[in-house]
Amino acid sequence: MTTKFISLSTAVAVVGTIAFAGAASARDQIRIVGSSTVYPFTTAVAEQFGKSGAGKTPVVESTGTGGGFKLFCAGVGVGHPDVSNASRAIKKGEFEDCDKNGVKDIVEIRIGIDGLVLAQSKAGPNLSLTRKQVFLAMAEMVPDKDGKLVANPYKNWSDIDAALPAVKIEVLGPPPTSGTRDSFHELYLEKGAEEFPSLKDLKKADGKAFDKVWKSIRKDGAYVEAGENDNVIVQKLEANKNAVGVFGFSFLEENLAKLKGAKIEGVEPAYDAISSGKFKGARPLFVYIKKQHVGVIPGLDKFVAEYVSDKAISKDGYLARKGLVAMPKEEATKVAEGAKAMKVLTAADVK
Amino acid sequence: MTDISAPNAMGVAKQRRVDVTSAAAQARVRARYRSEARFKTYGLLALGITTVFVGVLLSDILLRGLPSFWQHRLVLDVPVAADAFGPPGKADVAAIRGGDYFPITKAALANAIPGIESRSAEKQLNRLLSTGAPDELRERLAANPALIGKTVKVPLLLSDDADLYFKGGETAIVKRAPRGIATPSGVNGEITVLTASNDFSDELITIKRALAAAAARTQFESNRLLKSPDKANQTRGTELAAEAKNLSTRAELSRGEEVLDDKVPSVLIEINGGLVKANKLGDSSITGEVLLPLKSTAEAKPADWKIVTFVTPEANRKVTDQEVAFLERLRSNGAVENVFNWRFFTAGDSREPELAGVRGALVGTALTLFVTLILCLPIGVGAAVYLEEFAPKNRFTDLVEVNINNLAAVPSIVFGLLGLAVFLNFFGLPRSAPLVGGLVLALLVLPTIIIAGRAALRSVPPSIKEAALGVGASHQQAIFHHVLPLAMPGIMTGTIIGMAHALGETAPLLMIGMIAFIVDVPQSFVESATVMPVQIYLWSDLPEKAFQAKTAGAIIVLLGFLFLMNGMAIWLRKRFERRW
Repeated sequence: MTTKFISLSTAVAVVGTIAFAGAASARDQIRIVGSSTVYPFTTAVAEQFGKSGAGKTPVVESTGTGGGFKLFCAGVGVGHPDVSNASRAIKKGEFEDCDKNGVKDIVEIRIGIDGLVLAQSKAGPNLSLTRKQVFLAMAEMVPDKDGKLVANPYKNWSDIDAALPAVKIEVLGPPPTSGTRDSFHELYLEKGAEEFPSLKDLKKADGKAFDKVWKSIRKDGAYVEAGENDNVIVQKLEANKNAVGVFGFSFLEENLAKLKGAKIEGVEPAYDAISSGKFKGARPLFVYIKKQHVGVIPGLDKFVAEYVSDKAISKDGYLARKGLVAMPKEEATKVAEGAKAMKVLTAADVK
Repeated sequence: MTDISAPNAMGVAKQRRVDVTSAAAQARVRARYRSEARFKTYGLLALGITTVFVGVLLSDILLRGLPSFWQHRLVLDVPVAADAFGPPGKADVAAIRGGDYFPITKAALANAIPGIESRSAEKQLNRLLSTGAPDELRERLAANPALIGKTVKVPLLLSDDADLYFKGGETAIVKRAPRGIATPSGVNGEITVLTASNDFSDELITIKRALAAAAARTQFESNRLLKSPDKANQTRGTELAAEAKNLSTRAELSRGEEVLDDKVPSVLIEINGGLVKANKLGDSSITGEVLLPLKSTAEAKPADWKIVTFVTPEANRKVTDQEVAFLERLRSNGAVENVFNWRFFTAGDSREPELAGVRGALVGTALTLFVTLILCLPIGVGAAVYLEEFAPKNRFTDLVEVNINNLAAVPSIVFGLLGLAVFLNFFGLPRSAPLVGGLVLALLVLPTIIIAGRAALRSVPPSIKEAALGVGASHQQAIFHHVLPLAMPGIMTGTIIGMAHALGETAPLLMIGMIAFIVDVPQSFVESATVMPVQIYLWSDLPEKAFQAKTAGAIIVLLGFLFLMNGMAIWLRKRFERRW
């Protein structure tokens, strides 16, 4: 019995390895890695691409933006992914890493905008916040009246501003491993911190100390790490009417029956406000293409064309129905042109 | 114990005597009984609580997941034009498969709900259908090209939102009979309907009340802001005060027309075979747009028209009033059917909830677990037998033993990292392949199987082995012919626990690329695949409402898979037992 098992398993392993040897030398399927925020959109494009008969449906992995770049930049060849999703622009370090490993020609495509909203239950009090107030509510250290940094003393929203409701500050958001959390810091806390003259001076004097101020979130229970899954936050908000959740606009749009978005700088999080840039809590989303793989991996150029086509990223496109906020028309045309020409990213483009 | 039996240094005189009839002793006995009864109650309580939790969990999953096993479809007469796929009579299967079905389904919908003029309404009507709606039609035409040029009665899949609407909960629809005779001013576009009675006064009162409440709220907010020292707040407060005043004037005006927005329940009128949605509401008139065209502008008697309210405001729903109107019309025409969702078991993943299925993940799971089982059962049992029965007891085997026990406690993500470094980077195996997944999970499961195997071997009475040795069997014969078969049920149990553990793992698969969107059902051990728990995890993270139900549905399937596996293992175990 046992010997049979052993021989069978050896056979499986051998057959597997041999079969793989055939698979490795050629790959007819596009491989995509990266951000879980962009995942719902890229998968939709991948499915359409597969249905259109232009090639096999690409495999889209959800690894997170940073993890995606690590795989993407590891090298050129069929063993490495062709496309990377990102909920932020590529960083200088990642770009250099790519360059070092021979990934020299990268094409950046902005696919649209994702709103990062603060939302609450419909039964909760109306919130209209400024980014400064969000900073005061969330940062670990905040400047007091004299501009000196003290531990965050605010318990209720009304402590920050009398115009805000007198309910406990309770924000549910993603954990530090999430790209959404990074965006929350950059879009809300950093911008909010910059509005204090004392912190502005600090930024000039000691950039690192300033970064520490907006990158540290308070740990006294006012900010609750509710996990990577935005649907969990949505469910928790339904149960707790005073809590505020931080997540992507598409989740707000999908749950409008129960949730409402807080106004940021007086602007309600709505499709048009995000698209036009009026709503401040918004970030662009990207996909990065390895140009060296175009022509090697069949269909890669067609996949890019599908992604930037009108029927995908325009306001009436299928990505908009999946929750992506489309860019303004002129910008979209520019992006499509850049993608068609496969304009590569240079070191000067990367910050 | 010792104080009673053994005489200590102090001598026999100190020996303790226990008077069991004394009140104190009886109290102690009673206390012991009480403590035992208490312990039993705790046990029962714990069991009860666990049962309740399991019950709640299972019923919650079933409640959420079971609807995803059913699906709504539209059964329509679909006219297929003779030249839809090239010149009449010449269409080949390739042309039929690659053809554009949108014009065909569009025409079928237009036949089902005639008279739609506005482009936006037409768009919404077409949006009711899934992008995979023509799949069945395509199959039928490909199988029987003779149907081209005829009208085919075929089911068309509805979109996820339409499906969710029929599954309920979007909005309640209340109809009530009016008192006056109504006259519509047109049959399409924007029209006014006048009635001879104050039929809409109830709705108007509700709206006025809502206005009054809004005015009070605004006034309160304004008062609060005016108290604040901040200049901007003061200005905003003054603005709000003006708004509150405006609102309360509107609320007090008893007869004025009110504009309805999407934040209040929608008021509609069913008249002359059509449906009108009120945008402006007066006491005895409405002005609004036609959602479903009217047959005529004839006067309608009170018995012939109805006031319809969609209770949930439009802003709080995924489906618009127009879509509700279409869906209700289609339902009353008998075109909607609710069928078992076979596609859920036959299709791979998709970004459209109504098209997504678990077949890809199920096949991936089967392939992965097969590799795991094939590897770790023989290796695990072999290792257990060697370590327990043959290995010399020395430092080296002690080290191995300690390491195996430690490995069983290593977080599973570490095995993923190992898999990435060894199988992908060093051996160059393909990413996302069930082969690699199986290898990684085998590493994860091996320690469990070895530990369980050793325990099972140890539990076989030594007399068995000794008897075998006594009649002249070699050590190996004694083990393989007598001890191992007896230990097999225990080893099987360990293997089941290990496999069940592997079945639920996602973390180690992240590193080797199996947390991925894969549409094609894998055909071999080296094709890209994903597994059930990963599918559940990925679906649970998607924004679409319908995927929540799919997630629960997939959990039910996973549980079913687990029960099946366990059942099979139990059956196998029984057979092994009997054979010995």
